[in-house]
Amino acid sequence: MTAQEVRLCGLLLQEHFGEVVERIGTHLLRGGAQNLRTIANETNTPLDLVKKSLCVLVQHGVCDFGSGRRGPGSPVEYRGNCERVLRILRYPRYIYTAKTLYGDTGELIVEEVLQRGHMTMSNTVKTVADRLTHNMEEGRSMEYSEVVSSFSKLVETHFLQRCPPVAETATAAPSATPATHRTPASVTPPTAESNPDCYKLPPVTLTGRGKRRRSSDDGEEPGGVKKAKMDSESCGDEGIYWQVNFERFHQHFRDQAIISAVASKLDQTSSEIVRTMLRMSEVTTTPTAAYTQPLSANEIFRSLPPNYSISRPILDQGGSLTGRSDLHRALANLARATLESVVQERFGSRSARIFRLLLRKRHLEQKQVEDFAMIPAKEAKDMLYTLLSENLVQLQEIPKTPDHAPSRTFYLYTVNQLPTARLLLQHCYKTVANLIERRLFETKENKRLLEKSQRIEAILASLQASGAEPEQLTEVEEMITAPERQQLEALRHHINKLDSTENQVDETIFLLESYIISTKSK
Amino acid sequence: MAGRGRGRGRGQMTFNLEDVGIGRGDSLPPTTFKPSPLFPAMSVQPVPLQTGEEVEYMLALKQELRAATKNLPFYIRRAANKRDVDRYSDKYQSGEPKDSTIEWSPDWSRLPKELCIKVRKPQGKKPIPQVKRLKKPLVGKEEILMKLETLEKKEEAVNSEEEEDDEKKKTNQEEEQAEEEDYEEDFEEDTDYIMSYFDNGEEFGGDSDENMDEATY
Repeated sequence: MTAQEVRLCGLLLQEHFGEVVERIGTHLLRGGAQNLRTIANETNTPLDLVKKSLCVLVQHGVCDFGSGRRGPGSPVEYRGNCERVLRILRYPRYIYTAKTLYGDTGELIVEEVLQRGHMTMSNTVKTVADRLTHNMEEGRSMEYSEVVSSFSKLVETHFLQRCPPVAETATAAPSATPATHRTPASVTPPTAESNPDCYKLPPVTLTGRGKRRRSSDDGEEPGGVKKAKMDSESCGDEGIYWQVNFERFHQHFRDQAIISAVASKLDQTSSEIVRTMLRMSEVTTTPTAAYTQPLSANEIFRSLPPNYSISRPILDQGGSLTGRSDLHRALANLARATLESVVQERFGSRSARIFRLLLRKRHLEQKQVEDFAMIPAKEAKDMLYTLLSENLVQLQEIPKTPDHAPSRTFYLYTVNQLPTARLLLQHCYKTVANLIERRLFETKENKRLLEKSQRIEAILASLQASGAEPEQLTEVEEMITAPERQQLEALRHHINKLDSTENQVDETIFLLESYIISTKSK
Repeated sequence: MAGRGRGRGRGQMTFNLEDVGIGRGDSLPPTTFKPSPLFPAMSVQPVPLQTGEEVEYMLALKQELRAATKNLPFYIRRAANKRDVDRYSDKYQSGEPKDSTIEWSPDWSRLPKELCIKVRKPQGKKPIPQVKRLKKPLVGKEEILMKLETLEKKEEAVNSEEEEDDEKKKTNQEEEQAEEEDYEEDFEEDTDYIMSYFDNGEEFGGDSDENMDEATY
């Protein structure tokens, strides 16, 4: 956990769960596994608040707990998970993807599960049906069965998975269960994938319709008692919780990135072929596989969308008869393209030329750099030193004599892709943290103005609901003066820009992270 | 001999300056005396942000999510600091949780037992001292001594200042609350003349404020 990662995680936790959880969370991330008392003492927080925060963190999968270091008798230890917090940045992308794939229902299901951490299927279906009904016209309501079908589609394509069963903690009697042979020291929490029922839907039939929540009925629901009874009915799937399968979403994003890269580099047809190949191997490929399963040309041909009538010779021309995608290579290429574009945007196109040259030619002397890049010596030197000072380019010494005399040593410039990618990833984390801080600063500066505008909107809404005349409405609207209005507009514009930038930096973060993870698994 | 090269030209270094690129007679850029500026001017303008329907939608999603999480029970606010005096409006205004329970019910089978918070209701506190009094009528030396003292004082003529001191000692101990009430009742019943005798000085100086014509000495 680098300092930048911890800082960003702290800001994300603060935005979503409040300051108390942020303090506990950053303490856990910085300090490794700790037990309850240590956390309470070191953060000077009352024990009750610590317990509450830990419940929230465990609910959202940020924190794991397990038996302590000294074996089953010691107090429970809690561990923070930095990656999981960083995923919060990507929630809008997940929800949008679900919307493009499975419509509004899918979008709401994923949104609910993300906001609550994990949920049972029956709870999710009820909440989503109610929300959809709320947005529909009067008189229509959403059937549970439609929501259930969307849910099952999400589970079949592995976008949702069951939560892993909780490992027995130290409070269970250690010697009373001779049948289960467990090594007490192994505290690796079970992953979701290790559960064979990971993607099995519970055998529950939910029937019913979404309830429309009317604002006028808030205090006086005639069926109030009945409603409470219905909610407390157990639907038979207690204890089976579902969470979002982030790896599957990442796989989807990665495929999208590859397809669009192929489309821009080659042509539309090739990209369709690649898309089909990737889709066919979606469910069979594990997330960290280097290659997709080999597919015969026949299968690909049959699976192509029907309006693409490509004759076989063209298909054969695209590759050998069995095609497979080299995913790691693809990710490396994408990462390399990202690095090159970063250098280009920050230092200009000539520096980018030097950078690309070094990436391809590996090691070059200064003179060779000038010659190959066709840049005058002085400027080439200047650019190289700028890149060197930013750590994007490294110097490699090759001594000719054992005493490393400087006049008799080769100094070669080189670029190592993996360390440079890591460096840029840390820069990205720092960037997002800065963006969030700036947004918080802007909001704080204009807090008074924002509150005023919120109050006026509330007044306007209540006036309109109770049917006021237009003069009253204009009178209330004029309570905000014109320069204040301009200020508000500018503020909204800034905040939108900052938010949008966070989303886009997150795309770069995703690419670089995927590349780094793919190299680790080799 | 060691300082021979100093001061002449630029100074000797372990490597050849020409290799690095600083030729003879070239002037180096001026040395810097202060740290680089916080927001240096950019030589290349950044690429404009992406726009489009997808981007707008994700932006709206992000802002909605942020607003929604503030209202979920997972957003934990610190309990407000107690002000010096309890105010009447606190009863009607505070939106923050008073006790430490969680506002949502997690599945306790998935969490370690130690995280479960048990709420102690404040109504349970009142019967405790009375019960204690019944069960333990003569506990400890201090209580016996205090009882003897109160009995003594009821017999003797009451001196108001001593009683006030005793009352202050007793307010520190919870168990004596009920006794204190009895004690105060006796005080009020028997002592009509003592009440008028005792003057705690509140009316002092009140008369002189009314006639400001005369000088006060």
